[in-house]
Amino acid sequence: MQALYRAPETLLRVPTHYCPGCGHGIVQRLLAEIIDEWGIRGKTIGLAPVGCAVLAYNYLDIDMSEAAHGRPPAVATGIKRVYPDNIVFSYQGDGDLAAIGMAEIIHAASRAENITVIFANNAIYGMTNGQLAPTTLLNQRTTTTPEGRNPLTHGYPLRVCELLATLDGASFIARTSLSSPKNVLQTKEAIKKGFKTQIEKKGFSLIEVLSPCPVYWRMSPVDSLKFIEEKMTQTYPLGVFKDWGKKEL
Amino acid sequence: MKSSNNKKQLLTGNEAAAEAAILAGCRYYYGYPITPQNELVNHMAIRMPQVGGTFLQAESEIAAIYMAYGSAAAGARVMTSSSSPGISLMQEGISYLAGSELPCVIVNMQRGGPGLGDISPSQADYFQAVKGGGHGDYRTIVLAPASVQEIADLVYDAFDLADRYRNPVMLLGDAQLGQMMEPVELKKIPRTQQTPRWAVTGAEGRARNIIKSFYPVKGELEAFNIRLQRKYKVVEQKEVRYEEVNTERAEIILVAYGTCARICKEALRRISGTGLQIGLLRPISLWPFPKEPLRRLAKKAKAFCVVEMSSGQMLEDVKLAVLNRCPVHFYGRMGGGVPSSKEVIKKVLNILAPEESTLELEMSEISQELGKGLYFSTIP
Amino acid sequence: MIERMILIGYGGQGMMLFGRLLARVAMLDGKQVTFFPSYGTEVRGGAACYHLIVSTEEIFSPVVEEADTIIVMNQPSYLKLKNYLMPSSHLFLNSSLVKEAESFGEVKNIYRIPATEIANELGNVVASNMVMMGAYNTVKNLVPLPLFLDCLKSSLSGRKAPLFEINKLALLRGKEYVKKVYLKGEKTLEVSVV
Ligand SMILES: Cc1ncc(C[n+]2csc(CCOP(=O)(O)OP(=O)(O)O)c2C)c(N)n1
Ligand code: SF4
Ligand SMILES: [Mg+2]
Repeated sequence: MQALYRAPETLLRVPTHYCPGCGHGIVQRLLAEIIDEWGIRGKTIGLAPVGCAVLAYNYLDIDMSEAAHGRPPAVATGIKRVYPDNIVFSYQGDGDLAAIGMAEIIHAASRAENITVIFANNAIYGMTNGQLAPTTLLNQRTTTTPEGRNPLTHGYPLRVCELLATLDGASFIARTSLSSPKNVLQTKEAIKKGFKTQIEKKGFSLIEVLSPCPVYWRMSPVDSLKFIEEKMTQTYPLGVFKDWGKKEL
Repeated sequence: MKSSNNKKQLLTGNEAAAEAAILAGCRYYYGYPITPQNELVNHMAIRMPQVGGTFLQAESEIAAIYMAYGSAAAGARVMTSSSSPGISLMQEGISYLAGSELPCVIVNMQRGGPGLGDISPSQADYFQAVKGGGHGDYRTIVLAPASVQEIADLVYDAFDLADRYRNPVMLLGDAQLGQMMEPVELKKIPRTQQTPRWAVTGAEGRARNIIKSFYPVKGELEAFNIRLQRKYKVVEQKEVRYEEVNTERAEIILVAYGTCARICKEALRRISGTGLQIGLLRPISLWPFPKEPLRRLAKKAKAFCVVEMSSGQMLEDVKLAVLNRCPVHFYGRMGGGVPSSKEVIKKVLNILAPEESTLELEMSEISQELGKGLYFSTIP
Repeated sequence: MIERMILIGYGGQGMMLFGRLLARVAMLDGKQVTFFPSYGTEVRGGAACYHLIVSTEEIFSPVVEEADTIIVMNQPSYLKLKNYLMPSSHLFLNSSLVKEAESFGEVKNIYRIPATEIANELGNVVASNMVMMGAYNTVKNLVPLPLFLDCLKSSLSGRKAPLFEINKLALLRGKEYVKKVYLKGEKTLEVSVV
């Protein structure tokens, strides 16, 4: 019998630590598929963040390094400067990238650092049990905004793509989601474009992926996908914000 | 004599650190401006492109230490530098370097603190450097040069030590050492570095490499820590460095590192011929600390006197080393104050004869500066 | 032999360059040297203080505690110099800018050189440091003048090359001045000038 779908070789066959319905596992599978399809296992170096995805290196059979909370863009810079012809990507959550690591991401983008950042936006701090993230939606309940995010006391959701797209050094900036098979495919295409951006040395690329965290959204996995479609994309519209230097939106 | 100076260059300590790093094969430097180490940043900005290396001015010391972490993970010889406040920001990264067993050389040209402090020489970051200012059971190898030539020699050695033990190494200087100029000979052999087996380079044709310090499975982290401590034991056995001056016959042994050690040598010279027997033990490696030599000297000496530009930080290590075998006195200046050789002599005279005001030395020679310093003795 | 020097002036009066140059020349002459810019609390308000030690033996502390020579370029610096003074110190004052409000009775060797005026006459006020150098070295003979001029020349390469002549002239004027006013009849040890 011929297998219709084979798990990518780069994806290690080990039990996952992600919760059911979590988006991190999906994005990492996409990364493994691309690495296999393009045959770039020997050239790719990944950075794991501090967040639920810290153990990304347990699943991807490539050279990887951890980075401290928020610092993957700096570490990626240090690696990329040594191996300018390798493909260097960082994988980061919203707390990691948009709170503690905001300085590093802005400056990596502004320097036109030839790296690709995969930014998993789940609007929550997953790993530390569901606190407010910079990307948490208005009225969204978290453990530190038990009555919901109130702009008067907690401020507003932070739009990373829109912000970074204003920087000259940012070359490819896109937002995708995992809410449907079609969107998952689009996410894969966007990551490919990101890798292509650095292979062709066109500068900094970032793909923001709206990613479900059913556990701390207190929803079923199915409702989580609906929440992305109906609520999250209101605040975070999908699309390409910068395409090889050209501003799109 | 004249000809021997021909190969010498007149460099600041900061410039010498940069040149020695290049000689040692370092081709990646990340830094952020802060006085009194700006000459190092500026020099690297000129020199790194000349030798085909990378200079990058980071957006902060936090970014600088993690860029260094990245290049270290990639297997390259890498350096960063700063002065006290910036080194405080780097502490998390130094803990990560130690936890991921990555080699990296970090230069700290200490300035006065706490807080913004000032830009004068200081030795008040001793605890931070030697005891580990970051979190966790880790150690940083800490080397303390006392001259511009020694800055060059120790920076070069620091890269070898960092590689050999896969551990961060800190060069602990101060504002004076960083900014003063002395003749330097860059006499060591230029190095080019091989990429180590463990580095992340892209897993072409081999099993993947992972650089990490996260051990979530119960027991793994403890096992890792036990291994780390074994490594540190080896460092303690093999890498202790120090200098002894006139310790053979000395009644009082001064203990000082870096700038203070030079001031103590000056004090020794001033009193030579007076009949006073004073010696100096100068720790060159602050971690590992020269405990054994101190213990040995404690058997013969009447007393030790630690001289520091701090409130008494290395003092604690000296006391721990000699335990109750011998009294340990202290003379220190803080917040940018630099002790003079006369102040040191006065302290020594005071230890020898607390009641008498004259010995062989004319007390009137001693300037009014005296008495400014922290000035206490501990008799166990 | 040891020469412990303090150079004090405003930033911009060329004391840094003067000190570095002298240190380099002494090094090439086979001496031990340390040159240390002190930003301590003793000199504030745009003033800069440099400690220069030249010796035939190993130099321990680079900090000058009492100076064999003090070169003072302006009034605020003049008020600070007593920290370093010994009765045997040689004091070189830029008399164009130093008013001498305070006197140091016990110090015999005081040389008042109108360095700023001389440099102005030559058309470049920045050369006042070389006037002082000329006067200083004529009295103290620390380094061979030809070697100093060689180093001066190589430090003024490229765009700055035209400045060499004026600096050399300033140096010679300082030398002449100190000879005429202070060393009348005294034989100096100095080698002839190129
Ligand atoms: C310096 C530091 N501060 C705080 C933490 C604790 N911490 C770990 S993960 C995390 C937030 C993770 O949220 P996010 O980046 O959104 O990732 P997610 O788990 O949601 O994927 C925090 C605050 C840490 N490890 N280090
Ligand atoms: S807590 Fe949320 S982000 Fe973390 S693994 Fe679970 S579902 Fe994923
Ligand atoms: Mg998150």
